[in-house]
Amino acid sequence: MLERKTVDHVARLARLELSDAEKDKMAVELSQILGHIEAIRQLDLEGVEPTSHVVDIVNALRADVPHASLPRAVALASAPDPTDSGFGVPSPGASAE
Amino acid sequence: MSAVLLDLTAAAAAAAVKAGELDPAELHELYRGRAAADQLNAFSWVAPEAGADDFKRDTPLAGVPLGVKDLFCTEGVPTQSGSKILEGYRPPYTATVVEKLFDAGATLLGKTNQDEFAMGSSNENCAFGPVFNPWDPTRVPGGSSGGSAAAVAGGLVPWALGTDTGGSIRQPAAFCGIVGLKPTYGSCSRYGMIAFASSLDQAGPLTRDVTDSALLFSHMVGQDANDSTSLAFPEEIRLPTAHDLKGIRIGVPEELLGAEGGIDPGVRASFEATLELARKLGATVTPCQLPHAPHALSAYYIIAPAEASANLARFDGVRYGLRVDGDGDLTSMYSRTRAAGFGPEVKRRIMLGTYALSSGYYDAYYGTAQRVRTKIADDFKTAFADVDFIVTPTAPSTAFELGAKSADPLAMYLNDFCTVPMSLAGIPAISIPSGLSEGLPVGFQLAGPAFSENRLLNAAFALESAIGFDGSPARGGVAK
Repeated sequence: MLERKTVDHVARLARLELSDAEKDKMAVELSQILGHIEAIRQLDLEGVEPTSHVVDIVNALRADVPHASLPRAVALASAPDPTDSGFGVPSPGASAE
Repeated sequence: MSAVLLDLTAAAAAAAVKAGELDPAELHELYRGRAAADQLNAFSWVAPEAGADDFKRDTPLAGVPLGVKDLFCTEGVPTQSGSKILEGYRPPYTATVVEKLFDAGATLLGKTNQDEFAMGSSNENCAFGPVFNPWDPTRVPGGSSGGSAAAVAGGLVPWALGTDTGGSIRQPAAFCGIVGLKPTYGSCSRYGMIAFASSLDQAGPLTRDVTDSALLFSHMVGQDANDSTSLAFPEEIRLPTAHDLKGIRIGVPEELLGAEGGIDPGVRASFEATLELARKLGATVTPCQLPHAPHALSAYYIIAPAEASANLARFDGVRYGLRVDGDGDLTSMYSRTRAAGFGPEVKRRIMLGTYALSSGYYDAYYGTAQRVRTKIADDFKTAFADVDFIVTPTAPSTAFELGAKSADPLAMYLNDFCTVPMSLAGIPAISIPSGLSEGLPVGFQLAGPAFSENRLLNAAFALESAIGFDGSPARGGVAK
């Protein structure tokens, strides 16, 4: 069973504010899922290369040719707090960790 | 006339337009009316009335209307990936595959509902509410492309686009009695698809028959400078013509039909009957081995949430969608926005993925899952040395009742037991309806090696003709 402090830690890493009830439920559900997944840790995988991607491509690069990007006003159109120069956000200062 | 029009497949409708026998505006208006009056909650947005000049008649797709899963970006048209966190979002650009289909003459009829960020197998995890199965509205349409599948099966659109990460095209196609193709990873551009798990996500068609599937897919493939994981498809996609399976070797993997898969008896019976039809068409059917396939689900439920936890980091209340103020600082704004914007399943997977990637657990979970992925891909390569296709039931059951599995995430995940192995291996697989079990459609899945789509579509076409499934829920889907 996942400990409550682990759930707290992971929620903080994920920038997800969870209520106490959500955290309690999450601890139970994640433990059940991880318990099921646990079986693969018993497999003999010595010397097996990990697969991060199935496509046989390495470093696909496009030609280094300039092309138009989105106009600033269009890029900012969906922002909750657009400013003249970019995306407005609250001060990060108070939340330095 | 409208009943006759509704019976036309998309390919037949396109041919009728090109022959001058059908006005695409009439077809569009017919479907638009049906989509707007939708009782299945299949659509999140329906296009306004189109002008006569909006139809590209002299094109391969001849103006035939298309449903597009919500997660494909469509310029100026609401795109939320089924999530509250993208409330009000209208993208400034259109996804490459959608653009390609517009260029080929498709007309956008609407955006279809889905599980939030494509995470789900029932379409119940949706900010716009659940979608209902046209065969029985007390049941789910499958997910995550449930809106697309329900809309096609319910006659609300001739065909639709979906995406498949672990079964999200194939399983809803099976539950709704239609055809769903998950292509080879990399064959269609992912540019403009709101990402779930980048190494697995793939766009594909949901259609009434295999010919429509081939036609839509043929206009989706291609390398894209905006997706560095896309590939040039090595051959042209052709419309299927096969009428038999002579010389075709079909493998049945015992591992996926065993106890852990929990295949329902009715699904098993339809599967066995389809194998018998395949033999009659000239195929040889033999057992084959995929020793690591039973572990695919575990590997998938580490890899997909891990990738999702990274992909969904972008939803932070800064550039688009919802923002909920915190305590005046940045981090609490992020955390509250994400708390308010994401639904329970998305939160669960973000937590699972973040945990699997966190310091101290990375190699034990993510590293192990990636090694299992290698073994699964190797299993398929070994099996395809002896067989042309591997077949399974698409899902262990037919469509289940709304709410039946929503309290038990593990039971829900088991829906993907037969579809996830192919996703991890990046190979193509198609689900076709094989008949009914207690009045509900059953899906039959065929998988082939990477880039075998032409052969796969041909085999599916031959089987489809032999099965003779009637895909109309209104007529009860009785096979001829």
